[in-house]
Amino acid sequence: MASPLQQFEIKTIASAHVGGVNVSFTNSSLFMLIAITAITAFLVIGVRKRAMVPGRMQSLAELSYEFIAGLVRDNVGHAGRAYFPFIFTLFMFILFCNTIGLIPYTFTVTSHIIVTFALAAIVFIGVTIIGIARHGMKWFSYFFPPGAPLYMAPLLVPIEVLSYLARPVTLSLRLFANMMAGHTMLKVFAGFVIALGLFGVAPLVILIALYMLELIVAVLQAFVFTILTCLYLHDALHLH
Amino acid sequence: MPQLDVASYAPQLVWLAISFVILYLLMARVALPRIAGVLEERSKRREDNLARAEEHERDAAATAQAYEAALAEARSRAQAELGKAQETAKARADAELARVDATLQSRVREAEDAIAQARTAALADAAGIAAEIARLAAHKLAGLSIDEAAARSAADAATRARA
Repeated sequence: MASPLQQFEIKTIASAHVGGVNVSFTNSSLFMLIAITAITAFLVIGVRKRAMVPGRMQSLAELSYEFIAGLVRDNVGHAGRAYFPFIFTLFMFILFCNTIGLIPYTFTVTSHIIVTFALAAIVFIGVTIIGIARHGMKWFSYFFPPGAPLYMAPLLVPIEVLSYLARPVTLSLRLFANMMAGHTMLKVFAGFVIALGLFGVAPLVILIALYMLELIVAVLQAFVFTILTCLYLHDALHLH
Repeated sequence: MPQLDVASYAPQLVWLAISFVILYLLMARVALPRIAGVLEERSKRREDNLARAEEHERDAAATAQAYEAALAEARSRAQAELGKAQETAKARADAELARVDATLQSRVREAEDAIAQARTAALADAAGIAAEIARLAAHKLAGLSIDEAAARSAADAATRARA
């Protein structure tokens, strides 16, 4: 039986090096392209008819738009409108990578820490730049909670700085760990089904339940990543 | 654990950057404006329809008011017409009544006159009759023959004395 971790292997499809950097097209790259193609098709084909009364696909496309627009409006405020396309892209990318990865024989892009960390780093660096550009030196007051007595500063400031720096780590680890653990577990139970033969019905039932759970987790983690991004953006725009 | 294979990081990062940028451009330039357009169009259409409905409602209210006013006016005109008709009828009835009354009164007067005449005639005759009776009675009872004129004057005198 193959290792449950085998599914996470990066397989090179077309090897390529540019200036000493390995830019090979891998199974991960393939599924990134599949995801962005699926997202674009889902949205563009969905609203193709521009119907006054939307059909099923158009409703879904409109729903995703309004869901993220509402999320940005409620959690970031009016100033967040400019970042709506980025947050929408982020949500759709993670959502589609997560859910496409649940189809058997596919690869889950977001089950790799480097991918989730890169996404979290974009958010972290972007939010920090936005905060400093908007508030200048005042932005550093973010590390000292308003109303706290001044003599608490030596204790509070390091804690705040640390928790701020921990953001990209927690953000990326949460998504990566959820994806990896879920897929590993599915693979382990799938192995039991084969190994137990006729008695494999029992782990099969668990497998189906797990699969449903993983479907929820896939959507939920995309949502969590997005809403945390919104909250960080809110902090950068409004401080505290 | 394949996730810790540092050699695989470079191609993943490169392709993540490529796909994410492409997706961002597709979303920001193509998909999102289209969806926003559809949503905006729908909300505009809905607002238009609501505005039109409001206008129609106002029109209906105005029409109802006009109808109400017309009805009230018609009612008051009918009332006036009725009053006038009643007055005319009353005047005519009064005139007729007066005329009938006058006719009746003149008839009553005529009848009274006739009665008075008859009465005077009867009274005038009564003296004659009395004289005749007295003359006949005197002839039968006393065998006296009194001439008519004397009897008459005697009866007249008696009547006058009694009166």
